Amino acid sequence: MNSLILRMVAGRVVVALVTLLIVAVVIFFATALLPGDVVQILLGQAATPAAVKGLRAAMHLDQPAALRFLLWLKDLATGDLGVSYVNNIPVADLIGSRLGNSLKLAGVTAVISVPVALTLGITAAILRGTLVDRTIAVFTIAVISVPEFMVATLSVIVFAVYLGWLPALSMTGDVTTFAGLIKAYAMPVVTLSFVISAQMIRMSRAAVIETLSAPYVEMALLKGASRRRMVLHHALPNALGPIANAVALSLSYLLGGVIIVETIFNYPGIAKLMLDAVSTRDLPLIQSCAMIFCLAYLVLITIADIVTIVSNPRLRHS
Amino acid sequence: MSVSLSSTRPARRWRIGYRISPVGAICFVVILAWALVAIFAPLIAPHPVGEIVDFDFFQSVSAQYPMGTDYLGRDVLSRILFGARYTVGISLAAVTIACVSGVTLGMTAAVIGGVFDSALSRFLDALTSIPSKILALVLVAAVGSSISVLTLTLAVIYIPGSYRFARALAVNVNAMDYVTVARVRGERLGHIIRAEILPGIVGPVLADLGLRFVFIVLLLSSLSFLGLGVQPPNADWGALVKENIGGLSLAAPAVIFPLIAIASLTISVNLLIDNLPQKIRDRSEDA
Amino acid sequence: MSRLVEVRDLRIEARTDAGRVVEIIRGVSFDIDEGEIVALIGESGSGKTTIALDLMGYTRPGCRVTGGTVTLDGVEMGALPESRRAAMRGSLVSYVPQSAAAAFNPAHTIMDQVVEVVRIHGSMPIPEARVKAVELFRALALPNPETIGERYPHQVSGGQLQRLSAAMALIGDPKLVIFDEPTTALDVTTQVEVLRAFKSVMRKGGIAGVYVSHDLAVVAQIADRIIVLRHGEVREEGRTADILERPQNPYTRELLAAFRPSAAPRPPRVDRDDAPLLVVRDVVAGYGKTDAQGLPALRILKDVSLSLARGRNLGIVGESGCGKSTLARVIAGILPAAKGEILLDGRPLAADFRRRRREDLRDLQIVFQSADTALNPHQSIGEILGRPLAFYHGMGGRTREARIDQLLDMVRLPRPLRHRRPGELSGGQKQRINLARALAADAKLILCDEITSALDTVVAAAIIDLLKELQRELSLSYLFISHDIETVRAVCDEVVVMYKGEKVEQLRPDVNGGEPTQPYSRLLFSSVPQLRTGWLDGLAQDPELTRAFAQR
Repeated sequence: MNSLILRMVAGRVVVALVTLLIVAVVIFFATALLPGDVVQILLGQAATPAAVKGLRAAMHLDQPAALRFLLWLKDLATGDLGVSYVNNIPVADLIGSRLGNSLKLAGVTAVISVPVALTLGITAAILRGTLVDRTIAVFTIAVISVPEFMVATLSVIVFAVYLGWLPALSMTGDVTTFAGLIKAYAMPVVTLSFVISAQMIRMSRAAVIETLSAPYVEMALLKGASRRRMVLHHALPNALGPIANAVALSLSYLLGGVIIVETIFNYPGIAKLMLDAVSTRDLPLIQSCAMIFCLAYLVLITIADIVTIVSNPRLRHS
Repeated sequence: MSVSLSSTRPARRWRIGYRISPVGAICFVVILAWALVAIFAPLIAPHPVGEIVDFDFFQSVSAQYPMGTDYLGRDVLSRILFGARYTVGISLAAVTIACVSGVTLGMTAAVIGGVFDSALSRFLDALTSIPSKILALVLVAAVGSSISVLTLTLAVIYIPGSYRFARALAVNVNAMDYVTVARVRGERLGHIIRAEILPGIVGPVLADLGLRFVFIVLLLSSLSFLGLGVQPPNADWGALVKENIGGLSLAAPAVIFPLIAIASLTISVNLLIDNLPQKIRDRSEDA
Repeated sequence: MSRLVEVRDLRIEARTDAGRVVEIIRGVSFDIDEGEIVALIGESGSGKTTIALDLMGYTRPGCRVTGGTVTLDGVEMGALPESRRAAMRGSLVSYVPQSAAAAFNPAHTIMDQVVEVVRIHGSMPIPEARVKAVELFRALALPNPETIGERYPHQVSGGQLQRLSAAMALIGDPKLVIFDEPTTALDVTTQVEVLRAFKSVMRKGGIAGVYVSHDLAVVAQIADRIIVLRHGEVREEGRTADILERPQNPYTRELLAAFRPSAAPRPPRVDRDDAPLLVVRDVVAGYGKTDAQGLPALRILKDVSLSLARGRNLGIVGESGCGKSTLARVIAGILPAAKGEILLDGRPLAADFRRRRREDLRDLQIVFQSADTALNPHQSIGEILGRPLAFYHGMGGRTREARIDQLLDMVRLPRPLRHRRPGELSGGQKQRINLARALAADAKLILCDEITSALDTVVAAAIIDLLKELQRELSLSYLFISHDIETVRAVCDEVVVMYKGEKVEQLRPDVNGGEPTQPYSRLLFSSVPQLRTGWLDGLAQDPELTRAFAQR
């Protein structure tokens, strides 16, 4: 670590924070576009004008939007996510356990798909142009070309309907036994793994192929190095940054996939919570969930950037 | 390199003679077929879109109903043919709006540079760090999902990506000496963008438009699948999957054929772009 | 002396991006004896690098050997399996690349990469190899030979990397070393040092070499024999002195003629008391934040002044990073000067071109180095030349068409070319169009920024001739910027020497016969290789001076 790297990393973090602020503005004002007065919706048609006025004041709705944004931002920063319009439960309580569930799902998926995808991606790059490479290419382009719910429904048809290995759509409550746990997670994890593996395989393959075409790899060949040495000793150390970047970026696809997967498998995660909030137009809940997703995405993207900076040998040894 | 001087063909001729790969040709035919279906759906659909043709729901494939019947006993083939209008139409409109705005903004930012460029880039980059499905959910929650609003929502979501792509290309072209020559000649901004920059980026921009079209089809289908896209009684392909999801455990054709329709369109566009002819370049230099 | 390399009727074909197959090596045969250095000379596209790489049993992806044999030390390379060929690379035959900066892996130390050859072939213990590497560093006149190996590639300069890559090639005690344009990317003062180092280690070890280059003067210093290649065929082969003095093949003669540019027949000097066309006075320019005086933090030009008389030419020479191209951009207003004055025809010019009058923009045209990037590939030649005619002179219709034909005549190109696009033209033709566009404006002063550097020697010589002819026909002045001193002298009356953003001196024919007087200029001028054998051996340069100035 040297001061140049520290400065660049700090720069990335500042950019991430600024981005988060802009994202907050967009999310807040997009939801503020909601047609109709929230208070009217909450109190119903029969509400007295006095009651409406009182609630408006209590919710700061009589104040200008910019001020409301700042208040909301302050609450957000202090951990106060507000209260659900629909059932008057604090948003933090609603999110709490659901977030844990989603993180578990994402974690298990990452643990399974990262090693598999990297192995396949790097193998495809080394065996470029062979049958193995082409097979992997066909698989990945097919998966990234179709919507996640197609991968999910096809998985159900194959694994549940035809093979009968796994339950179809039920998220059984029984996670106390190991077999129950496997059954509960298997379908969502399989589906998500397919989706993010395809991305990761493509990106890591591209990263390795790019380093393999570098002049210093040709130079190694002209020094008499074996194919194995060219890949392991010369290409991979330089491809680490791009590969780590590919992993972080691919993991960010989890966020989009998780919405579909939680819906289709009825999984009690935060994405399902947000979707329900959208159908009931529960503003504070929508805002908080959206901010959590954006934060997760930004963290992953920023990690990807930082890894790229730190793994650059020119910067490390300057 | 020697060039024969005998031919005096005009410079602006459409170049053919590229080797067209069979895969690319098949993909092109599939895309063209779906476009024709979207236009002529009422003429070729065997049944009206909402008509319940049989009381037996989730029927399997038969001569009478080539793709079976849906959860209400409607003809799936007819519904898919009409669904093409929504899936292809909305996506095409959205991608056109997104790319025209994104490319115009991107070229302008690249040529003007300075504060205008950095402010716009920072803002639009921030938009891309909202995952597209989340942004779609927020916008749909806020403004609803009528067809026109849906189209605009999808366009807004993909403007930043299109902007970033076009800007990156335009920045490269803008750094070329021929653009410098035009500037130093005293040319105005409009001329530089129109005559010097645009012709240099139009090819990749069209390819990008294809990829973005796929993203929009996928996002629209997902939204409809979640019940937030095209609303009943209308249905695009994603909505067809959603309304027939009950037949999943029966592996009913009513679930599978809309999926095949989506996949045939998106995979064809992706493969077609992958197989686009590379620019012909002789590598007879020291290789 | 016994024979080391035998190449017989070698044929290689390449697949182009379009899928077309072209034969790039068409039946090449030659021999190399042990300890002999043979040069492969040719312009781009002659196939010289392809042949050299094939001596190592290696063809780049997309290329394929279709016929002939390469026999190295009695073994036919083509008949061997890849593993056996790999065993010969680095130990029997080794390679020095054109760009050492790209050929060193940024993730490993220099020493690791130099001794890697030994590690791969197991030819000696690694500690022993490290000692030998340090000896080679010393023999190659590298600074700090003991410690330079511990550094990473990006921490040393280009000239040093080039010599380090020679150490990498020599550590396995090869019988043959292939040098692939190893000094082309270097400045002349650095090139002298690197060439000397190469020559002495090769001679001491009695190692045979293949020296691939486009530069006859460089090759004349190091090669015993020269093979002239063109379009994948051998045009002529002979001892170095014979090729230089008694060339037989017309192409070789053309090549030699291009190396000896005829001195410019000076146009008659116009009135002495006439005001100079261009005056640059105390110009400072650069990048980065500006300080209290409005001067930038990173100064590329420091108080540069010069003047150019009407109808005359001024050359600017210097090595990479001396600020000569920046000077052209400052005069054109692309990079506004932070301080100082620029006068064209007596009128002061605004620093920024955006604030200059249209007539000022018209009178001063800039021609860039690479016609590939200076001509819009999507416009036809007619459109490219027509635009300035319409823009500056409001020409349209027939008048414009007629003028485009005239311009093509002026740059000696056939008229039908106007319908082509730049991609369909050769490098020399493109550079002529580039020039014609400046002529279309009816400029008084043309800034030529390295306009011959990207061209093959013969083509470049033709462009220089064209410049002179145009000057005779039109009342034109050139500000001619180049790193190539011979070219500058062929075109220009006066020459400004620059070093690190400052003007060292202005050479004038009436002062000291136009010969340099300052130490740096003398070093620079004496470092330009001359087209005769023994120039390098006879060259006496003050080592102190070299150390002080050469940016190794």
